[in-house]
Amino acid sequence: MSGPIVKIEGLTKRFGAVAAVDRVDLEIARGELFALLGGSGCGKTTLLRLLAGFETPDAGRLLIDGQDMTGVPPHFRPVNMMFQSYALFPHMNVAENVGYGLRREGMAKAEAATRVADVLEQVRLAEYAQRRPAQLSGGQRQRVALARALVKRPKILLLDEPLAALDRKLREGTRFELVRLQAELGITFVMVTHDQEEAMSMATRLAVMDAGRIVQVGTPYDIYERPASRFVADFIGVANILKIEGGWLALRPEKIALSVERPGLPNVAAGKIVDIAYEGDRSLYRIATDGAVMIVSTTPNLSHRRGDSVWLGWAADAGHPLDA
Amino acid sequence: MIGRARFAFTVLGFGYAFLYLPLALVMIYSFNESRLVTVWGGFSTKWWSALFANEAMLQAAWLSIRIAFVSATVAAIIGLAAGYALARAPRFPGRGLFGSLVIAPMVMPEVVMGISMLLLFVGAERMFGGPERGFLTIAIAHATFSIAFVAIVVQARLADFDHSLEEAAMDLGATPWVTFLTVTLPLIAPAVASGWLLAFTLSLDDLIMTQFVAGAQSQTLPMRVYSSVRLGVDPQINVLATVIVVVAACALIFSGWLTRRKV
Amino acid sequence: MRYVIALPFLWLGIFFLLPFALVLAIALGTNAPDSVPPVDLGIGLKSFTLLFTDDLYLAAWLTSLRIAATSTLVALLLGYPMAYAIARAAPRRRPLLLMLVVLPFWTSFLIRVYAWMGLLDENGLLNQFLRWSGIAANPGTILGTEWAVQLGIVYAYLPFMVLPLYAVLEKLDVSLLEAAADLGARPIAAFLTITLPLSLPGVVAGCLLVFIPAVGEFVIPDLLGGTETLMIGKVLWDEFFTNADWPLASAVAICLLVLLAAPIALFQRQQARGPEPARERRR
Repeated sequence: MSGPIVKIEGLTKRFGAVAAVDRVDLEIARGELFALLGGSGCGKTTLLRLLAGFETPDAGRLLIDGQDMTGVPPHFRPVNMMFQSYALFPHMNVAENVGYGLRREGMAKAEAATRVADVLEQVRLAEYAQRRPAQLSGGQRQRVALARALVKRPKILLLDEPLAALDRKLREGTRFELVRLQAELGITFVMVTHDQEEAMSMATRLAVMDAGRIVQVGTPYDIYERPASRFVADFIGVANILKIEGGWLALRPEKIALSVERPGLPNVAAGKIVDIAYEGDRSLYRIATDGAVMIVSTTPNLSHRRGDSVWLGWAADAGHPLDA
Repeated sequence: MIGRARFAFTVLGFGYAFLYLPLALVMIYSFNESRLVTVWGGFSTKWWSALFANEAMLQAAWLSIRIAFVSATVAAIIGLAAGYALARAPRFPGRGLFGSLVIAPMVMPEVVMGISMLLLFVGAERMFGGPERGFLTIAIAHATFSIAFVAIVVQARLADFDHSLEEAAMDLGATPWVTFLTVTLPLIAPAVASGWLLAFTLSLDDLIMTQFVAGAQSQTLPMRVYSSVRLGVDPQINVLATVIVVVAACALIFSGWLTRRKV
Repeated sequence: MRYVIALPFLWLGIFFLLPFALVLAIALGTNAPDSVPPVDLGIGLKSFTLLFTDDLYLAAWLTSLRIAATSTLVALLLGYPMAYAIARAAPRRRPLLLMLVVLPFWTSFLIRVYAWMGLLDENGLLNQFLRWSGIAANPGTILGTEWAVQLGIVYAYLPFMVLPLYAVLEKLDVSLLEAAADLGARPIAAFLTITLPLSLPGVVAGCLLVFIPAVGEFVIPDLLGGTETLMIGKVLWDEFFTNADWPLASAVAICLLVLLAAPIALFQRQQARGPEPARERRR
């Protein structure tokens, strides 16, 4: 039991003339909570569906636990998926939904029932076993979908936008619950999301995708602090991108100090406040400097007013140089 | 707002009166004593007894029901396949032709379909010596034009369901065939059933194609009704109409219940 | 999936597509009353020439088209307000109202046409009513005229008009009309600029569903039209059954098919495009 659980080499999937997934190489380690992050149409969902077996690649190889899965249909793959729409069978109750996959393995009824009861306990749905999906709340449905995929004890659990259908309040709690569950079970999770906050807060590592290609892979810290390109810097969080000699510099808004007096820092710029957005725990300022409009984030200071002249300053290592 | 409510009331009142008054009169006159359908001669059930003693009519009805049962079943199976293919196979060679072929019988004038099918059966008879014209040829003809109706109902029902339901089943280890049996079929069963019912009704009612492809011995119910009606109004037909309207209303309520039932 | 596609393909190919080739073959043959079947195969256009030169047939074509067109128009004028009223009724009442439109379609077509025979007869209930109420002392007979045929077609095919119209009108977002009103459109203007254009697919589908079968209609002109009204479906029937002229009947069928090819293709395009707006809406 060594080596990566997922190994992808030069994987390509075209729809007509468009390459939805374009020569992707990727390795995912055992027990990771890996996120595929990108805007709509970047190919992240197609990549997930290639892993599940719903799409067949036009080129490249896909190995799961060392076994070549190219051309293996979904029902023979040791992976299970939690669908964005949850895809709960409307004509079956919760227990039947969750037990569906076990019955397909030919597991005896009694044993399957025990396994189903256990997993429903785990997701706190034991008393809903006889309900139909239509009689459940959104959060409960999400947990049924999760239980249905987990009960098969897959080598990899695929999650397609697992939190997108939940409302904001529920999303926060579920985020922690998924992370806890993943740590408890030790199953590799591969998650697709368009929400960078979600990816950053949950994933052990993540891949940022754009136009069918993976543009950067790394830990959330790596990706935030050391973005590989202007695209990543701009896509993850907010970044001021400054033209410097030989390339660009990505400068996060919270790394910039804002003051009325000229600060004693290696880099300074004078500017005028254009806009202030008060967000409670912080304030965002748009400041027009000589070259560009810069965004600065600080703890709220109500003495600043629109139109005030201010100074910006940042440390020598505050920015991250970019090549492209 | 009052104006709009009154508009709706007037329009619907007039429309439904137009649709139902003729049928209502036919039904009322089935209890008419007089032989003349246009003159009320008092209440009587004698035409009811006459119809139910009319051996030829009953035989024709029984033949029609058997044909309808067979043709609706064939149409349901093939229509199910056609609707499934249309809803779930976005691309395959000949899909355009396939779609046209499935829908076209729905709008094709019946006289055209009738003559073309007859010529096919005549040709088959000359080349292979069969099938003999009668039950089988009528059932084939009816099934052929009912397929479209089943396919459309099935396709519409499938379009309502996310394809991810079937993907989820496969993801959980179901083969395509098991997926169809355990997920797809239970979900579209109401549509197939109401399609079957529609095909059954269409077959029971068809005159034109039947007249073309029926042999000398087979007389279906519409053929009997037609030959009787051509000669003028007949009180027994009024009785038959009453029976048909009542049965149709029951069938429709049942079919509506099937399609609207919560899954 | 391959077999799922092959089964209907094969069935319809054999029992629907192939027969048309036979119809064409027979239409090119010549009538041979003494043989069984009464056709001599060959390549000749005799039947087609006859169809296009004989006044009787030309008149039948024109009558068919005229009757189908006016009936379609009348059905539209009657069906649109009905569909509109049903679509705007309280949601829990709609299924019942709709079912009442569909119900006659589930009863026998023949019976529904028959129902009008007793109404439109010289001493029928309609004339009895006209005499009794004093509207007309000596009303003429409607049965056996073109009027009766048109009435019968409208009556028989009205459900086909109402259903597609209802389908589009029901989906129409009421907030669009509210927006139009908010921007200063009077109800009439809102109807003409918003409702009508958006319901056009339903109008087209409904009209085609009435027009196409009406052109080739046989039962209605036969039972209600008498000998006076000559429609092409009846011509085909008579040539085949009464005169046993198979080539001529086949030629009529081919012409009917060619004539209706454009409307049928249009209908199919509508059907194929149908689900699109619905999918947009769900997003």
